[in-house]
Amino acid sequence: MLEIKQLSASLEDGKVILNGVDLTVPSGEIHAIMGPNGSGKSTLSYVLSGRDGYEVTGGSATFEGKDLLDMEPEERAAAGLFLAFQYPVELPGVGNANFLRTAFNAQARARGEPELDAVKFLRAAREAMKRLAMPDDMLKRNVNVGFSGGEKKRNEVLQMAMLKPKLAILDETDSGLDIDALKIVADGVNALRGPGFSALVITHYQRLLDYIVPDRVHVLSAGRIIRSGGPELAKELEATGYAPMVADAA
Amino acid sequence: MSAALRTGTESFLARFEGLRARLPGDLVARQAAAEAFRSAGLPTVRDEAWKYTSLRPLADNDFREALTSVEGGSLPKIPAIEGPRAVFVDGRLREDLSSLPDTLHFTRFANDPSFGTLSRPDQQPVVALNTMLAEDGAVISVAEGVDAGTLVLVSLAAETEGRSVTFHPRHTIRLAEGAKLTVVELSVGRGRYLHNPVFSIEVASDATLTHIRLQNEAMEAFHLATIYATVQSRGFYDAFTLTLGGQVSRAEFHARLVGPNATVHLNAAQLLGGKQVGDVTTVVVHDAPNCASRQTVKNVLTDKARGVFQGRIEVERIAQKTDGYQMSQALLLSPDAEIDCKPELQIYADDVKCSHGATIGELDDDQLFYLRARGIPEQEARSILIRAFLDDALQSVSHEGAHALLEQAIDGWWQRQSASAA
Amino acid sequence: MAAVAETLDTVQSLTGSGYKWGFETDIEMDVAPKGLNEDTIRMISARKAEPEWLLAWRLKAYAAWLNMVEPDWAKVGYPKIDYQDIHYYAAPKKKPGPKSLDEVDPELLKTYAKLGIPLKEQALLAGVEPAEGDEPARNIAVDAVFDSVSVATTFRKSLYEAGVIFCPISEAVHDHPDLVRQYLGSVVPAGDNYFAALNSAVFTDGSFVFIPKGVRCPMELSTYFRINAKNTGQFERTLIIAEEGASVSYLEGCTAPQRDENQLHAAVVELVALDDATIKYSTVQNWYPGDANGKGGIYNFVTKRAACRGARSKVSWTQVETGSAITWKYPSCILQGEDSVGEFYSVALTNNRQQADTGTKMIHIGKGTRSTIVSKGISAGRSDNTYRGLVRILPKAHGARNFTQCDSLLIGDQCGAHTVPYIESRNATAQVEHEATTSKINDDQLFYCRQRGLSQEDAVGLIVNGFCKDVLKELPMEFAVEAQKLLAISLEGSVG
Repeated sequence: MLEIKQLSASLEDGKVILNGVDLTVPSGEIHAIMGPNGSGKSTLSYVLSGRDGYEVTGGSATFEGKDLLDMEPEERAAAGLFLAFQYPVELPGVGNANFLRTAFNAQARARGEPELDAVKFLRAAREAMKRLAMPDDMLKRNVNVGFSGGEKKRNEVLQMAMLKPKLAILDETDSGLDIDALKIVADGVNALRGPGFSALVITHYQRLLDYIVPDRVHVLSAGRIIRSGGPELAKELEATGYAPMVADAA
Repeated sequence: MSAALRTGTESFLARFEGLRARLPGDLVARQAAAEAFRSAGLPTVRDEAWKYTSLRPLADNDFREALTSVEGGSLPKIPAIEGPRAVFVDGRLREDLSSLPDTLHFTRFANDPSFGTLSRPDQQPVVALNTMLAEDGAVISVAEGVDAGTLVLVSLAAETEGRSVTFHPRHTIRLAEGAKLTVVELSVGRGRYLHNPVFSIEVASDATLTHIRLQNEAMEAFHLATIYATVQSRGFYDAFTLTLGGQVSRAEFHARLVGPNATVHLNAAQLLGGKQVGDVTTVVVHDAPNCASRQTVKNVLTDKARGVFQGRIEVERIAQKTDGYQMSQALLLSPDAEIDCKPELQIYADDVKCSHGATIGELDDDQLFYLRARGIPEQEARSILIRAFLDDALQSVSHEGAHALLEQAIDGWWQRQSASAA
Repeated sequence: MAAVAETLDTVQSLTGSGYKWGFETDIEMDVAPKGLNEDTIRMISARKAEPEWLLAWRLKAYAAWLNMVEPDWAKVGYPKIDYQDIHYYAAPKKKPGPKSLDEVDPELLKTYAKLGIPLKEQALLAGVEPAEGDEPARNIAVDAVFDSVSVATTFRKSLYEAGVIFCPISEAVHDHPDLVRQYLGSVVPAGDNYFAALNSAVFTDGSFVFIPKGVRCPMELSTYFRINAKNTGQFERTLIIAEEGASVSYLEGCTAPQRDENQLHAAVVELVALDDATIKYSTVQNWYPGDANGKGGIYNFVTKRAACRGARSKVSWTQVETGSAITWKYPSCILQGEDSVGEFYSVALTNNRQQADTGTKMIHIGKGTRSTIVSKGISAGRSDNTYRGLVRILPKAHGARNFTQCDSLLIGDQCGAHTVPYIESRNATAQVEHEATTSKINDDQLFYCRQRGLSQEDAVGLIVNGFCKDVLKELPMEFAVEAQKLLAISLEGSVG
């Protein structure tokens, strides 16, 4: 599904953030990326989704065999890549329902699939919202405007549930969530779990991984993956912290 | 132009003709300024830049009088503030009253009469008037990296017994790279006169000039100040003006940010009563990327006073990442007070963050009642609320001595208001 | 809402690049010779068989105009207009009144279709009243002004039964002379300003609306303005009067053919609201804006003013300005009646070489008067977009309130966005609040939308529509949807 080889990237001012990342996420698997602050976790998610401001200086990233780095952000989205933002962006004046439907239909169009009419779309959205314990009026409000931290994260998961991506990157989706919200979000991700869905769960803490149990765990430090292992690796990190591992790798 | 303004214009031109032989320096520049002044005349309310401030009361005076000796005439008291000072009486330096610091280089315009390149007598009649008639002024420079501390720049207008005098000081302040200076400018006087200063200010890279102005002229006086400032990379021009005096006054700033990461603050407060007209006009030009400008202007107006704020932020195409902010707030304390406000943005770069706000109102009844319900008498409660209103503009003045002086001046103003109301 | 869908389809089906209303209708015209003098005015007046007082009024306006200078204070630049090089009268040749759709000039019908006027209304415009019980769920009465004259007005009969007069002003001069004489020029005097004086001298047609005491107009009224003929100026004059307790919602839409020459449009709109009356006036202005290099386009120099004469009267201006090479207009409210309310909601979008200098004046005279101003300016390409507004609180306006919000959005680094508000208060009990911001389109928002699959252009359209939401929601539904499309279309090519 996702294959990253020796990926290096720097900021526009030349500062190196990613320094040869190797990572393969097979279809149907959920991988976690953990690492200390400043290790390049968010940069990895932005480079994969095509945000401006980063320069890829080497390596490759392919998604179902296609060169991801050569695609526009919306082409990556239509191909099935979804980024749940660490800081979801506010869109004043843009209704949540309208936004979601516009996105859904834009992707459907790009893939040559039929678009959803307003009625069918609303029905689907309401069902998804019920599962996420989101009040109905959230569809009427403007995208993320005036949302609490937890509401914003749930809104990201709602979008994911509706857009049904093949690969979801969850960038610190657990930050700012209380335990109930965390469970709801995890349920949302777990509901998508299956053969055609993979996820890259980026997190600083092990907590989220109690609810979304990953197939593999990778530790990112100074722009490289310094260790990979099973879910037990997360537990180990919880016990020892990042410092010993980072020291070993150095 | 009205007949009165035309007569006023002629009277200044006549004064120039009478004085020209005695004026120091470049007569060519003065002659050009006189031509510009002759063709433009004293500004009228039809000139967009003077839409809200009429100079009719100024024109009604005959300022033909040539200045006589500065001796004689009783001098007002210099407001109490510590520090080295340069004292001008009726626009001329009085060395006997001055004590200059050795941290900076000081000469007087009379000995070094250069008009500099910043001012625009061709565009501003009031600057042309100054250029035509300037006799003296402070020429200050601070060398690279030197922290020159504080200089108090005092303008006194002596009582001249019914004769209307005018003086047109020409000040220059130059800070070299990394230099620092605080200028506390005080204008006080007696009688009826015109104080028409022009400042040329150059702030080089990494230099900081703090310019605190207390305009407390006589109530019959006219004060028309024009301040030009250019600020280089990472330089900072931090100005605050408190206007209390003058029947018609204007503080007009033209600040130009010409190097990246430069900053300018043009804050002001006006407390006006009677039939006073006080005008703060600012033009900030962002001509380099990453610069910031901040303006907070407060007006407290009572009786039939009129406050004017015109502020323009211009952002040139090159000035990406500009951060510009402007806030104008006015309190009208009497039914006949008036505020006119024109905050203006003119923007040609796209990656900018510029905003302005304006609010006009009276004291908040709920707040007033709250204070009185706690036992605070009405006058005092009003004073507290007005203080609170002025606070965020005053806060920008961190110089202790100057801050105390401004507080004192505001107290004095409020006491006079309360007394006349009682 | 079938009408909306049809209208939208029409808009969407017009696929040509750039301006989509740039066609010209080939129709037999009755055109006055170029040039302006007293004879031209006499000719216009005679052609309309006007009463003597109106001719005198026109001539007085013309005399005033001759002594005026063209204003230059707005932030717009254009070559000097040759007022002698314009036709001041052009009208489709009158044929005997159509008895059925087939008899209507097919070119005229085609024009309506292309303009996106719903089919049902096209039939109505042709003069066919609907059969009993066959009325659409939501009626809009339409007046269509083609160059200098009104060609058709629908629903007149049912409106008339409700007591509402909705007709071309040239007819109102004959049928309701007292009303016209009482109110014409009472809000915008003949010599008010250069363009208003010109209009007063040469106006040819426009809409007249009278809503008598206590009547809520049973349907929305709308006028489609169309400049068609070459080298023609359009000088329409609209007069709307709402008596005590009356209310009306009026919409106008404007388009013009694509031409290399600039064409002048100098309209005057006067609104009068008496006690407890409400007038809502909405505009979607899409005159031809000129090409990408600034060639051609309409000079849209318009004076719009409302007199809120009555207590508790209310006038609400809503405008979406996407067209014209130059826009110069300041729909204003004179808030004279106690507790009267003025509102101004505006979206002005400029692209390529367009220039817009637009805003409002709120003059607070009476006690307890309130005004709200919401202005959204969007500049793209090499355009210049200026908000210019005046809020004036006079000494007797105790307790007056104004709130102004004025935001500018820049798309690209070759355009300009300017804000020039004048705020004057002479009453201590009045409260005025003004906020303005200027920013560029936000990169994070763009990326967020694109990550969800929207193209760059769609993302910009979405964000711009969100930016304008506070204004668009003030428009009647049909217009809101069209306006959204229009904004997206007008931005085409602005995102590199």
